[in-house]
Amino acid sequence: MIRESYLNTFVLALLIAVPAWAVVANEPFTITLATRAVIFALAATGLNIALGLGGMVSLGHAVFFGIGGYAMGILAHHAQTYTPLMDGLFLIEGTKSMPVIWLVAMVTSGIAALLIGLVSLRTGGVYFIMITLAFGQMFYYFSISWATYGGEDGLSIYLRNDFPGLNTLVPINFFAICFTILLIVLLLNALIAKSPFGLALNAARQVPQRAEAVGLNPQRLKLVAFVISGVITGLAGALFADLNRFVSPTMFSWQTSGEIMIFIILGGVARLCGPVVGAVVFVMLEHVLGDLSDYWHIYLGVLLLLVVMFVRGGIVGLIAGKHVAHD
Amino acid sequence: MTLLHLQNVTAHYGASQALFGVDLSVSAGEVVALMGRNGMGKSTTVKSIFRMVPSTGNIVFDGHDLHKLAIHQAARLGIGLVPEGRRCFASLTVHENLIAAARPGHWDVHRVTQLFPRLAERKTQLAQTLSGGEQQMLAIGRALMTNPRLLVLDEATEGLAPMIRQEIWTAIAQLKTETGLAIIIVDKSLSQLKQICDHAVILERGRSAWTGQINDVTPDVATRLIGV
Repeated sequence: MIRESYLNTFVLALLIAVPAWAVVANEPFTITLATRAVIFALAATGLNIALGLGGMVSLGHAVFFGIGGYAMGILAHHAQTYTPLMDGLFLIEGTKSMPVIWLVAMVTSGIAALLIGLVSLRTGGVYFIMITLAFGQMFYYFSISWATYGGEDGLSIYLRNDFPGLNTLVPINFFAICFTILLIVLLLNALIAKSPFGLALNAARQVPQRAEAVGLNPQRLKLVAFVISGVITGLAGALFADLNRFVSPTMFSWQTSGEIMIFIILGGVARLCGPVVGAVVFVMLEHVLGDLSDYWHIYLGVLLLLVVMFVRGGIVGLIAGKHVAHD
Repeated sequence: MTLLHLQNVTAHYGASQALFGVDLSVSAGEVVALMGRNGMGKSTTVKSIFRMVPSTGNIVFDGHDLHKLAIHQAARLGIGLVPEGRRCFASLTVHENLIAAARPGHWDVHRVTQLFPRLAERKTQLAQTLSGGEQQMLAIGRALMTNPRLLVLDEATEGLAPMIRQEIWTAIAQLKTETGLAIIIVDKSLSQLKQICDHAVILERGRSAWTGQINDVTPDVATRLIGV
């Protein structure tokens, strides 16, 4: 436990130190990489609430990541083209304001998670994996054919959106925004895990029938966790689109869902900073190995295989001990 | 006032029938012993109350037909189960096990740890690291945290050391005298049951074969139906 807190502190400190160094050394690309890692970590922290706490193996979290991305893309697209988003009963305009975009991203992905969860949670095990994957593919193909918003080509945004009081075009400022959000979400995650709700969810994951016998409703607990999980991943999607100033159907693809899950498995399922460690390692590998070969995923695959076969608690489990690892 | 009423309950495990007509009634504040030899349907009766096996017949708790309720809804009406084999939430601590089940009422962590001081000492320990007896205490404590009106103890003292067994019997007796909780106890120890229970129901081949005051269980009945 204590070793894990040291590790968490170390990882988060590293995530501050590297961009800080990059500012001094004038290496903006490193800041972008760090921001990318932070946003991936946020998306995976979202999934970790469903997967780690609730035991829901969702292979469809790209839905929420993509919804967040498109929430940003669509709102900013209308703002930069000065065309209203809706012009019927109400006039809804686009916006370049990050907080508004985040809110829209979170609400829409929350609604999507509620609907998908209501259907998917009627199943379990491998069927749950398949049905969430199916939802992911539905959104993916829908976005490809959605010509209004670029179809397969996606949407480009000329300028990064605005945040009150900060110039978001300066990379370190945008990094600071993303990192602060990650810290807040990690804190929330830690609080949820130890709250009566989190404990009940944990109990329902371990022995559903016993949890029911003490009056807990596993389905309801899982649904709430799934929605919270979707909301967080949706927020990460909005930030990711803002980082790239671009959103495309790729964000909805099953590969994206898979990557979000890989971050967690690499770092450690159900460990608070598992997703952070996993995302940082992934981005580093992507950068270092990607330079060596276009087929760098082969090395990632080998690493993943080793982690799954020999260190079940992920990298965090390897360093901090397996005593609280996911069963 | 009758709290729980089972009438002509039958239950099946797939093709094999385990209960052929169980009648059982528990009033508020009453402690009922459910006895019988191994395989006569004691645990199946408990499971049919909680809909863990498909069953027919009347199972009514406080006016609610339990057949129509999900397990968690039945639990919320006020039936607390201490399952056979304990089954605590292994990777939660003692304290967390209790919190996870908590609902408002008389019983809280403080009162449960007063009843079982051993749990107070183990508060931050993971449930999987507890001894069998401590796990049993935790399972009872967890059921109490739901603030039930009826507590169902399925083989709560099975496989425990005599000293721990005695601690658990003392706690159950304390529950009876201090809180007036209705309790169903599935157990084999007639001498202990006689000290605590008001009524007894003895099952024989899936049927209620004997019902009455526990003190009326004669040595003859005991030998014939319980095997002691």
